[in-house]
Amino acid sequence: MQIAARPATGGTILDITGDIDLAHSPAMRKALLQEIKEKKTPKVFLNLEKVRYIDSSGIASLVEGLKASRDQGSRLILFGLSKTVREVMELSRLQKIFEIHDSEAQALAS
Amino acid sequence: MRGRRLNSNGRKGRGRGHAQPEMLLKLELKSNPESLCLVRATVERAAEVLHFQDVETRAIVRSVDEALANVMRHAYGGRPGLPIEMSCRRLQQGGQKAVQGGIEIVLADRGKPVKHAALQGRSFDEIRPGGLGLHFIRQSMDEVEFSRKKGKNLLRMVKYLSPTTQAAASEGE
Repeated sequence: MQIAARPATGGTILDITGDIDLAHSPAMRKALLQEIKEKKTPKVFLNLEKVRYIDSSGIASLVEGLKASRDQGSRLILFGLSKTVREVMELSRLQKIFEIHDSEAQALAS
Repeated sequence: MRGRRLNSNGRKGRGRGHAQPEMLLKLELKSNPESLCLVRATVERAAEVLHFQDVETRAIVRSVDEALANVMRHAYGGRPGLPIEMSCRRLQQGGQKAVQGGIEIVLADRGKPVKHAALQGRSFDEIRPGGLGLHFIRQSMDEVEFSRKKGKNLLRMVKYLSPTTQAAASEGE
């Protein structure tokens, strides 16, 4: 899994590539919490277009990021979810608590 | 949990009366999270060979991945390099009773016994990290049974081919 950060309107986009599983979710969690808690970025956009797989540990990291963003008064915005990632979100019944958009353009305009 | 079988729908026993299942593959792996991607790829291919639809294949892959992650995190407490065995068998269609074809996956580890309370999972009403893996498995597979025998935790998971998938697969054979 690879994570790259780039600036965006009002915040930062984290581009994630690869699988978010037990081996890699700690790295995503670290990057997410660093952006939210340490850098206090007002909007963190998570680009999941190139994520082929996410497991429950990945979902747990997203929930942790969401809670941290709420504590900070910032926003965590997800976009580009693949069919596989959407399925897991639906199974976890957490899709409604996240801010999710289809594309980067829609996420940035939100 | 010694010798106890619990399945996802409360039934005891070995499912729907299948004849001896055909061994598809047997893997011996270590409790290293880096190996999960290899197992996912292998199981995905096995499910495709058995003509599962994409959505069913993803369910099987997800269940195996989550189950292995649970073994690594909970039974082995995050320690790498410890043994896990995985076997996949093809459940044959037909036999004495009209039964569906499918896949049976059994995981075995030598970690600490699984506590009964841990098999319940957590409530979906809670919004907190963790505790979702078992829910994913139960939602994705048709049968889920935990037992402990001879110092090993055993997890047996079964996914049946849907009738439409099975009909299409039979035509293709």
